[in-house]
Amino acid sequence: MSGRRGATSGRPDHRRSVGVAALIGVAVMAAVDEIVFHQLLGWHHFYDRGTPDVALLTDGLLHAAELVMLVAGIFLVADLSRRQALAVPSAWGGFFLGAGAFQLFDGIVDHKVLRLHQVRYGVDLLPYDLAWNLAGVLLLALGAALTWRAGREVRRAEAR
Amino acid sequence: MSGWVAAGVGAVLAGGYALAWWARPASLPRWSGARTAAWLAGVVAVVVALSPPLTDLAHHDHRFHMATHLLLGMYAPLGLVLGAPVTLALGSLPRRGRRVLTGVLRSPPVHVLSHPVPAAVLNVGGMVVLYLTPLYGLSMARPEVHALVMAHFLLAGCLYTWAIAGPDPAPRRPGMATRTTVLVAAAGAHAFLAKLLYARAGEVAAGHGDPASMEAGAQWMYYGGDVAELALAVMLFAWWYRRRRPEVAPRASAAPTPGVPASSP
Repeated sequence: MSGRRGATSGRPDHRRSVGVAALIGVAVMAAVDEIVFHQLLGWHHFYDRGTPDVALLTDGLLHAAELVMLVAGIFLVADLSRRQALAVPSAWGGFFLGAGAFQLFDGIVDHKVLRLHQVRYGVDLLPYDLAWNLAGVLLLALGAALTWRAGREVRRAEAR
Repeated sequence: MSGWVAAGVGAVLAGGYALAWWARPASLPRWSGARTAAWLAGVVAVVVALSPPLTDLAHHDHRFHMATHLLLGMYAPLGLVLGAPVTLALGSLPRRGRRVLTGVLRSPPVHVLSHPVPAAVLNVGGMVVLYLTPLYGLSMARPEVHALVMAHFLLAGCLYTWAIAGPDPAPRRPGMATRTTVLVAAAGAHAFLAKLLYARAGEVAAGHGDPASMEAGAQWMYYGGDVAELALAVMLFAWWYRRRRPEVAPRASAAPTPGVPASSP
């Protein structure tokens, strides 16, 4: 995060725009999951008996990292924008890449590998898990398509 | 704890700052009103945490016990550290006092303690020791142990906040990567401890208070910790953002204060 201090390049930085917006995408998806499924629907709870302590620790670290990603992402985007290096279409691509990656990570690692909690309890899980992970794949695909298109535009503009 | 303790601590903190402000030489730039306001907000948080109405409630209800800890260990330090007391003191002290303070800042113990890792260990480690050992029961029974625990929370909280995002000059402050990593690790450990307390509410509360209020207290700790982590992250990245301002000489934004050891962010 150091270096390039004071550089007002004025040229959109595709890779950096994707990267910093992806941080925000991860954090926003995590917050949406937390607010919708945990607080509003009440499908899963603050703590589930039977969750191993190690899983609680990794959960705590992930939760802390998401909050810091949100703040870091906002300030990093603001810094890029201030130096006129923010490529907005690339940033949207990065945002959806981050959101999709988090959704898929949550669906596979948190739910299935660590078994922190499930999408819902007392129901047949298969359709819920499929819907959850399919949503992640769709978000990732959308992010990849937007990123690819934005990168092509930036390269074309540079070639001109 | 009687109201005199809260009033005394508040008077010393506010009075000391006011004295340093008053003694600031006219040759230096005017002291920022925002820094003064931040310090006073921190003092108010300390006084509220130590005030008899809250300490009485905290003795029976774990939610208020946790509120006291959040105020003393996390929220008050945000204000006190943003008040930049060391910078203010370095500007106001006479030459001898300034040399002593600079010497203390450069001494090996301060070098070690002001690094984010030991500061975080003292801060979160203090909570681990309090809740997962018999110290908790002891602090509920013995007022002098309780006072020591409170003092530890305030001091360790200030040290940690100062090490992560303090505006004061500090010896060898590590870079953003280290500070961000420590922030995530410490906040993660705090969230983990909150859920562990929730899970073990029955055992921890045994003998002093009911498990339901311990469960609720653990949730206050979890969400209250989130708010403090967000605030600290904003403080850290806002500092980074200001420092990175384009086309401004790197050190032009810091007020020139004589005798300040160069900070190496």
